[in-house]
Amino acid sequence: MEPELVAEFEKNFPDGPPIKVRLHRPLGRFSLTVLFGPSGAGKTTALRCLAGLDRPQRGYIRFGDEIWFDASCGIQVEPQRRQIGYLFQDYALFPHLTVERNIAYGIRRLGDAERRKRIAELTDLLGLAGLEGRYPGQLSGGQQQRVALARALVCRPRLLLLDEPLCALDQPTREQLRRDLRRWLTKLGIPAVMVTHDRVEALGLGDHVIVMDHGCVRQCGPPQDVFAAPVDPAVARIVGVDNIEGGKVIRKVNGLATIQIGSSELLALSEACVGSRVCVCIRAEDVMLERGAVARQSSARNHLVGRIRSLDREGPIVRVGIDCGFLLKALVTHQACEDMGLCDGMDVTALIKAPAVRLIARE
Amino acid sequence: MDFEAIWVSVELAAITTLVLFVLGLPFAYWLSVTRWRLKFLLESLVVLPMILPPTVLGFYVLVAIGPMSPLGRVYEHMTGHGLAFSFQGLLLASIFYSMPFAVRPFAAAFANVDRRLIEASWCLGVSRIRTFLQIACPLSWAGIVTGLVLSFAHTLGEFGVVLMVGGNIPGVTRTISIAIYDEVQAVNYRGAAMASLVLLASSFIALSVTHLLNRKGGYGA
Repeated sequence: MEPELVAEFEKNFPDGPPIKVRLHRPLGRFSLTVLFGPSGAGKTTALRCLAGLDRPQRGYIRFGDEIWFDASCGIQVEPQRRQIGYLFQDYALFPHLTVERNIAYGIRRLGDAERRKRIAELTDLLGLAGLEGRYPGQLSGGQQQRVALARALVCRPRLLLLDEPLCALDQPTREQLRRDLRRWLTKLGIPAVMVTHDRVEALGLGDHVIVMDHGCVRQCGPPQDVFAAPVDPAVARIVGVDNIEGGKVIRKVNGLATIQIGSSELLALSEACVGSRVCVCIRAEDVMLERGAVARQSSARNHLVGRIRSLDREGPIVRVGIDCGFLLKALVTHQACEDMGLCDGMDVTALIKAPAVRLIARE
Repeated sequence: MDFEAIWVSVELAAITTLVLFVLGLPFAYWLSVTRWRLKFLLESLVVLPMILPPTVLGFYVLVAIGPMSPLGRVYEHMTGHGLAFSFQGLLLASIFYSMPFAVRPFAAAFANVDRRLIEASWCLGVSRIRTFLQIACPLSWAGIVTGLVLSFAHTLGEFGVVLMVGGNIPGVTRTISIAIYDEVQAVNYRGAAMASLVLLASSFIALSVTHLLNRKGGYGA
């Protein structure tokens, strides 16, 4: 049987909700698990418990056939004995040691030759050659990040824990490192658990995503599945579905349901029964806009006529708010916005394909 | 000038500082990392000698090491002479008296070390003791030197506790501040002025060193 990391634990706090974590991940091959959620969701606490830096009150953590933590028999293995790598959000490099001594810090017991070999290997892989003699204060954020990664990886950890690894970096460095990180970790084949609140990182890096909110795991699965089909409105909001509206199924024909939202009607593919209340999720990028109130024949099943209420530029794209019985948000490129001459108060038709309308059943 | 008294003072200050370095450093580290609920009580105890009149501290130490106390009896049984009015008894009192001047700067420096650096070291498989020696101590060096300099200077000039516990035995427990007192009593202002100048200069140098260190010390991280 493939070894697994199995964790089911609960940590209480005097102020704030308890953190409850359930996690089940394979260890035999490389896989990156993402703990995703808004700040304050308990992601970092969960990671610290896995590292042994924090101690939960209840539950257990098993790593393969080792018990790392078990509340029922009072076992708590020290972080020193877990053979993990932990990457702190602000890297926690030792400011009084050079880059080389930072990297070598955890492997002083190895022989001289082996130590040199390992350091050379990682400075090569992570592009740190030439920086060995510098102090952390003399490095850029991206370089510090890579030194921290090298320092953790040089010990050959059995599990890598990453706390918001790209959070403190500027945008270009961040994109570069996001691409590199996945490549390095795949190459070294070390299973990893990463905390992030960034959707792009979760989608771009993760093999498995665990959505946390208010201390609880809300949903888990492959990132595409979780992001495309959130199980409840809270998860939908966390994974960043722009339009979430309450509605009711009023008709159903051939698996195509008509949902009423306020005075508007939408068609969606759904299993929900007539009369049931649903949460309608539509991504802003799935909404197409046409000028005027008359739509031509198109494959999109939903034609919503409305008036533009807001236009907010976000870099190369524009977020358009349309009042069509409810406030619908659409994303268009800046170019399209210019060409169509979109402006506040203009009448438009929003086109949405039925499969892009996701329904979440509400109790 | 009473060089014998200066020598006793320097010897007392040096040994006191050494003991506070060896025992105070781990104790201060423990104080700065522990999450023990009752730690505030210990912290208050550490600072107490700063507030307490030296005579009160001296009185309790005298009682504790006197021939009637268990400690005094054990010591007398082992060494054949009493602890009170001896250099060793004086040393014990000095350690308590100067403790806040060592432990407080130590603990403050340790508390300033980013907790994540300590945790990073643990996660790299390095034991708590080695982490203390290789991360916490080097990053706290300015505070550690401050504590050592202050406790040395403070012990050098102590008066009340010495008078209570040590008495005034030339070459054994007669320190420089006691010598100054004796000179003034004997209306020998010249001798008192010389010894006072020595203490004034050493105290001023000590404080200048600590202020310089605290401006330059640390790694800015």
